Amino acid sequence: MKTKLSAQNLNISFGTKQVLKNVNVSFNENEITALIGPSGCGKSTLLRSFNRMHDLSPDANINGTIMLDDLNIYSKNIPVTEIRKRIGMVFQKANPFPKSIQENITYGLKINNLPHGKDVIEKALQEAYLWDEVKNDLKMPATRLSGGQQQRLCIARAVALRPEVILMDEPCSALDPVSTLKIEELIKHLKKKYTIAIVTHNMQQAQRVADKTIFMYLGEVMEEGPTDQIFNNPKNEITTNYINGYFG
Amino acid sequence: MNYKSRITLDIVFKVVFKATGYLVLALLGGIFAMLIYNSISFFLDVKPWDFFTGMEWAPTAKSPKYGMLPLIVSTTLVTFGAMLIAIPLGVGTASYIAIYAKPRVKNILKPTIEMLAAIPSVVIGFLGIVFLSPGIADLADLPNGLNALNGAILLAIMALPTIITVAEDAIHAVPNAYKEASYGVGANRWQTLRKVIIPAAAPGVITAIMLGVGRAIGETMTVLMVTGNAALMPTGMFDSVKTMTATIAIEMGEVPYETTHYYALYAIATVLFFMTLFANIVGEFFINRFRKYHAV
Repeated sequence: MKTKLSAQNLNISFGTKQVLKNVNVSFNENEITALIGPSGCGKSTLLRSFNRMHDLSPDANINGTIMLDDLNIYSKNIPVTEIRKRIGMVFQKANPFPKSIQENITYGLKINNLPHGKDVIEKALQEAYLWDEVKNDLKMPATRLSGGQQQRLCIARAVALRPEVILMDEPCSALDPVSTLKIEELIKHLKKKYTIAIVTHNMQQAQRVADKTIFMYLGEVMEEGPTDQIFNNPKNEITTNYINGYFG
Repeated sequence: MNYKSRITLDIVFKVVFKATGYLVLALLGGIFAMLIYNSISFFLDVKPWDFFTGMEWAPTAKSPKYGMLPLIVSTTLVTFGAMLIAIPLGVGTASYIAIYAKPRVKNILKPTIEMLAAIPSVVIGFLGIVFLSPGIADLADLPNGLNALNGAILLAIMALPTIITVAEDAIHAVPNAYKEASYGVGANRWQTLRKVIIPAAAPGVITAIMLGVGRAIGETMTVLMVTGNAALMPTGMFDSVKTMTATIAIEMGEVPYETTHYYALYAIATVLFFMTLFANIVGEFFINRFRKYHAV
């Protein structure tokens, strides 16, 4: 398996608080990798560092290397907007723009000077399993969709740009079981084309969707490996305790 | 305190606050009734048509003329000019403070701008006479710079603190999720501001503008000092103008009680009242149009 995205010796601190300590991880191409761990372990911080979302926090201090293929995404001569086009993101709470469904898809395309015709919109919505539900209401405000539909719209918005990697930050945490199931199916279907990193609180979800799992604890990577191995035969004692629910 | 006296105290304060609440409503109603009552007295003497379309305001002439069209046009001209300056400056500054400025700069800028609102209007007017007027006179080659442009510039300065403060609050209140979503698809700050943040903050920004318009229409002392107060139909920004507020302020002190002229000033005040009301209604209309896209 080819490594698509990786972090080497990554340290991140906000002010005086160190959130990530010497993290080394890798994400394989066309695989789903789950980041699990208790609240505050730094998994969201790690995920957000992959499309440079911390650039917006003035007190964030980032040391180390993050490589997308052969490209250091924090190198000075590469624009951050280019990185975010290649590495898309889906957030914890569905955050469609306060615009119409159609405009939600075309927004990113127009920004990046990509074609944004009817066929592109349809394709993105098809890929996010949303087309059949909204094809007659493309001009409707996106905020009128249900929570699960909104999250799939956000996924459609991300895939419309044809990114190489999609980052998902607990995409199902605010959704009901039926919507969650739909999104999980969607994620599994998307991995054929994209590399996916997903942060989740839900260990069953990690087992259902992920090829590889990374367990983090207090800002450090404790263990990483094939999902089966992490859940059935963990090497680290803390991992064992976490997946058995002794703490969380 | 025992139970019974606590109950009594509760009832006493309920009555007190109810009374203050109704008192304010009664005051507003009373002002409105007084305006209407005196305006009616005026319209018994002068035809409404002559009042609204008359080109000449000469209440102390031998045969008095009560045409207020020049006054309406003057107020509109000065207000419009002020907004032309204040809206881009105000919304731009608000955007800078809310999106671009570092926390330290923001902590200095915001209180400073709010302090600008504390400068008395008479001081602004004074600055207009001493600095702006000679400047405008030089630039436009006029005998003096007491004209609509001078008033518009000063009113813009006076409306800026309101517009900036309210618009900044609105822009700042746009959920982070929208910004992240926009940055997440590769937008830069300018694109995010223009296409996501400003539209999302539109209700608040329009409120800010409308408050600024209200301030500009109603401002009296500054325009009275710097616009020259010639009650003639203005032909441009370099003409001397007499706004509705200035007319009332100047003439009310000298007018004989309960004459037609006296009632005429009330009629002007009523028109002014409806103009600000109209500005508020227009603002409210736009605010509701933008709310459609927001989550309930």
